[in-house]
Amino acid sequence: MDKFETVEGVAAPMPLINIDTDMIIPKQFLKTIKRSGLGVHAFAEMRYHEDGTENPDFILNQAGYRNTKIIVAGDNFGCGSSREHAPWAIGDLGIKVIISTSFADIFYGNCFKNGILPIKLPQDKVDLLMDDARRGANATMTIDLINQEIKGPDGGVIKFEIDAFKKHCLLEGLDDIGLTMEKEKSIDNFEEKMAEATPWI
Amino acid sequence: MAKTLYDKIWDAHIAHEADDGTCLLYIDRHMVHEVTSPQAFEGLRMSGRKVRAPEKVLAVADHNVPTSPMVGGVAAIKNNESRIQIQALEKNVKEFGIEYFDTNDARRGVVHIIGPEQGFTLPGMTVVCGDSHTATHGAFGALAHGIGTSEVEHVLATQTLIQSKSKNMRVTINGSLPNGVTAKDITMAIIGKTGTAGGTGYVLEYAGQAIRELSMEGRMTVCNMAIEGGARAGLIAPDETTFAYLKGKPRAPKGEMWDQAVENWKTLFTDEDAKFDLEIEMDAAELIPNATWGTSPQDVLPIDGTVPFPTDFKDIARQEATQRALDYMGLEAGMKLTDIKIDRVFVGSCTNGRIEDLRAAAAILKGRKVADTVDAMVVPGSGLVKMLAEEEGLDTIFKDAGFDWREPGCSMCLAMNDDQLKPGERCASTSNRNFEGRQGFKGRTHLVSPAMAAAAAIKGHLTDVRDI
Repeated sequence: MDKFETVEGVAAPMPLINIDTDMIIPKQFLKTIKRSGLGVHAFAEMRYHEDGTENPDFILNQAGYRNTKIIVAGDNFGCGSSREHAPWAIGDLGIKVIISTSFADIFYGNCFKNGILPIKLPQDKVDLLMDDARRGANATMTIDLINQEIKGPDGGVIKFEIDAFKKHCLLEGLDDIGLTMEKEKSIDNFEEKMAEATPWI
Repeated sequence: MAKTLYDKIWDAHIAHEADDGTCLLYIDRHMVHEVTSPQAFEGLRMSGRKVRAPEKVLAVADHNVPTSPMVGGVAAIKNNESRIQIQALEKNVKEFGIEYFDTNDARRGVVHIIGPEQGFTLPGMTVVCGDSHTATHGAFGALAHGIGTSEVEHVLATQTLIQSKSKNMRVTINGSLPNGVTAKDITMAIIGKTGTAGGTGYVLEYAGQAIRELSMEGRMTVCNMAIEGGARAGLIAPDETTFAYLKGKPRAPKGEMWDQAVENWKTLFTDEDAKFDLEIEMDAAELIPNATWGTSPQDVLPIDGTVPFPTDFKDIARQEATQRALDYMGLEAGMKLTDIKIDRVFVGSCTNGRIEDLRAAAAILKGRKVADTVDAMVVPGSGLVKMLAEEEGLDTIFKDAGFDWREPGCSMCLAMNDDQLKPGERCASTSNRNFEGRQGFKGRTHLVSPAMAAAAAIKGHLTDVRDI
């Protein structure tokens, strides 16, 4: 996984609440056996008309937002299915940061495995950033993970919280499995203990 | 210290705890299906890793399988991508030594139906699957939740997950359910009350007399939709109902081992003085059969209700979401739910594809006919459910009523195979999600219980099953 670096750019406003994983990547695109190439299908049913042409109403089809790396979203983003195709699609689109008041648990965890930073903030802060996002091309923001802060277009700074381990893994681009395998002895010991305590498992 | 059921299972599965509280949670059972696993196996191959404990993994293809008889097997599946995905699973299970119920196996079916059926899921276990409805297995007092594909790879390689502990939440349903009200109505009513994000960050234990009085099938329906309320997992403490269901299941312990296991399972309950971070109580007597009107499971109302106006909600974001849902669903605010005409009926899924669900629908359909304007299908949750239903003659009742009797699979719950709504079609469905496009592009879904789905099929519109 690539190391997460400071992200600077225009943020796309997606104020709709409960944007679910079926909206992020509809099921007809889950048939792939690869991780890559899903960006073109991200948000497909909002982004394209039935005939495959772009829907100009959708924010990422609008001038100034086409190459955005940041989404400011409504509450409960990523609810629904566990499909990691959702962050794969968003990541393939070039999105690095999603900001919302809350995320569904599984989606939130999936983001970190794919180099995407989901940031949870209180409603008033998200409202502020949503307004900035609506201003388009002239309102760039900077997401600095090392210092856990978002610098707004007008110089304001918003701090955010993040789990220290998740932050470390994002910044270093670490592979979870490799880290866990370093603790193999603990897993071996646990299995021995459980074989005695609950032998029917 | 007094512990919740979740605390007990969590504590018993910590293989390693880091200084910052991040834990390696040991995973007892891992179920694998074709959609969320190919990239995980590919990851193992690329890094030269093995599956640590193949005997703790069970695989099945369910999301993509056709529900028409599979003449010619997997090779004859017309959709190229579906076929390739199932063939990839077949190749992967062989290469990594994992047990697989193939598409001809009588034990095949929806992953969350076959696990319990086989006794693969047992109380006190940790169970994961690359599928959010893994919450279903919580009905047995197992800590069960969905994971992403990176985590599928992590569990295959290490038999553990990197986890931080969730908070404790309990919903207690006091009293007994009134006639016509089912497990599905309970679980949807809870989401109506808490919202789809109400459970985010929590593991949710269901308790109270109405829950205790449910069969295992009903409990699975309740836990299945814990995720729709945002909770990572649902839990119900095991009891005599649980033990009676499990006894004799192919993979349940036998003989002395059974007795030893039951002794252990009897310790799996929330201690009396245990504290929950969030507690909700509901009165079963106040529940009536319900249905969703919108595009989120929280858009649920009692069947005697009317479609809301956006202005019924204070929150601006909710008002906008409501207007969008009304437009998408093609509904007028203020209309009665029972005036909503339907085109299709789907009975099945990991929420309501078990034998009890089929019996409930058949009981309503017996001697009656599906309305001329309705196209109805029933998809048993597994090969074994289908066989049992046929032994009981349920297939005849369904077919005589005008239902299409299909082969097992996920089918139109998520419409990854050929079973899909056409744009604008409206469906009364026993599944779990009414999201935009869930059952087909621009399809419209109303979530209901199996009995309510059968009632809607007969009348051609959403109907209070108690009026049938």
